[in-house]
Amino acid sequence: MRAILTLAHLVILEMVRRKDIYVLFVLTALLTLIAAAANIFDDTRVVRYLKEISLTLIWVSGFVLAVTSAARQIPAERESRTLFTLLAKPVSRWQFIAGKFLGCWLACGLALLVFYAFFGAVALSRERSLDLAGWAQAISMHWFMLAVPVALALAGSLLWAAPSSNSTLTLVVCFGIWLLGRHLHKVALGLPEPRATLLTLVYFIIPHLELFDIRDLIVHRWPPVPWLFWLGALLYAAAYTGMILTGAWLLFRRRPLN
Amino acid sequence: MPQTAIAILFLTSLALVTSLEPWFQSWQGNRAQSADLLAVLLGDARRAFANHFFIKADVYFHNGYYPSIFDNRTAFQTPHMAADAGALEEKNTGEEDDFLGPPKDWIDAFGRRFKPATHTHLYQGGARADGPAHKEIELADSQDVREILPWLRASAALDPQKIETYTTTAYWLRQRMGKTTEAEAFLRDGLRANPDSHEILFELGRIADEHGKDPARARNLWELALAKWRKFELPKKDPDTFSLLQIASHLAMLAERESRWDEYLHYLGLWKAASPQPAEIEKRIAEAQAKRAAANAKPQTQNSKP
Repeated sequence: MRAILTLAHLVILEMVRRKDIYVLFVLTALLTLIAAAANIFDDTRVVRYLKEISLTLIWVSGFVLAVTSAARQIPAERESRTLFTLLAKPVSRWQFIAGKFLGCWLACGLALLVFYAFFGAVALSRERSLDLAGWAQAISMHWFMLAVPVALALAGSLLWAAPSSNSTLTLVVCFGIWLLGRHLHKVALGLPEPRATLLTLVYFIIPHLELFDIRDLIVHRWPPVPWLFWLGALLYAAAYTGMILTGAWLLFRRRPLN
Repeated sequence: MPQTAIAILFLTSLALVTSLEPWFQSWQGNRAQSADLLAVLLGDARRAFANHFFIKADVYFHNGYYPSIFDNRTAFQTPHMAADAGALEEKNTGEEDDFLGPPKDWIDAFGRRFKPATHTHLYQGGARADGPAHKEIELADSQDVREILPWLRASAALDPQKIETYTTTAYWLRQRMGKTTEAEAFLRDGLRANPDSHEILFELGRIADEHGKDPARARNLWELALAKWRKFELPKKDPDTFSLLQIASHLAMLAERESRWDEYLHYLGLWKAASPQPAEIEKRIAEAQAKRAAANAKPQTQNSKP
């Protein structure tokens, strides 16, 4: 466990040193503030569009941050040859994967805290109140959801050598699931065989990242998700992450280091 | 040899520029002449975006409970915010409360817990209108409908020729938010972009009548709207009878209020022609004829007295 935590700590330090988080945060804040500056018939209490823009930017930033940071971990270690040193020490391949995953995921969590604090400030500035339960559910579900893209990108980095191709493919898959995932079964019902069965299979196999997107509930001030379902969603993300990481470890175990 | 080829190509391009540039400047499709940055950047795609934002406003009107393109949209063919505002004729059929139908699988059933699942309207108190904290909200007083305005404004900026954007926005501004001046100013913007719009003139007439308490101005605006309707809609194969119905009915009611019985009868005739229930209007016509007869008889009775 110590080795995993040390690796994770190193990943977080590296991500703090890099500029990705800051650039994404500044972009999100800037675009939100530009939207906030719009004059909507001299009414300063209009807030939902701002919340939606801000949350959408946070979601996009979350995906970009999670995938790009995870995709470069293994290739960077291989390129700088520190991978050999690490694995020569008493660090198993499983621990290496787990440490890298934990570091990326925790760093994403820290970044999300900053992003959601900004979002809370934007909402508070116009609404004068913040639905704390909804806010807590949004950030926790978002963070658990990001575990899946992080795991996918780590697994992808064992299949594709270049971090750029891995990032692009993982982002396409993640955005595709986020935007279209929940409609696949409906579309499949209207298709002829065997396409219907194939699409239904895809629907049941993919991790449904869109389940974690409760932006509509937050933006339109709906009551929070029942806590039992919230817990179910977190377990769903954990299960998929576990499966993907196991797959990544199996791949990594058989792969020659050079 | 390469230098010679480059020189020849350079001279050819120079010669082409001298003939193409004047043609490009006088070409009607030259978007570089437009002062509108959005038009230059997006071209005709801005109409698609404008429509998207108009629908987005309707999504907000329903607090996020809205069918996607993959769902049953029969109950959402006409945006409800526009139909409720009288800006568009409602053509919705089907079940608006349950467009999703029964869950198709466990993921669908589970996922519905994380999305808005009840049909509500912003002007009826919003998503938590049934909650204990919102019991005291008078449904008709909720100003949450302001949340649709950013998208409507964006829609109008992207497609100034989309007339229902102006009329819908003006209705909610004046009716729910008490912003009559802003509503009128927005309609005037719309009228500048669409000088022949009978819909905008009609809506301006409603402001003059209902808020400005200026029936003379309202009548002028509605008569102008009727003239525009006759000029531009009547020659069409499928004229917009919904607008005619609105204009004629408002002109008729105004004439009735002012006891102008001939005028009232004239507009009732138009109203009847456009109405889906002409029998109802026929009753009004009979009543109006009786009133006119009584009004005409009154001066004669007064005159016959010594």
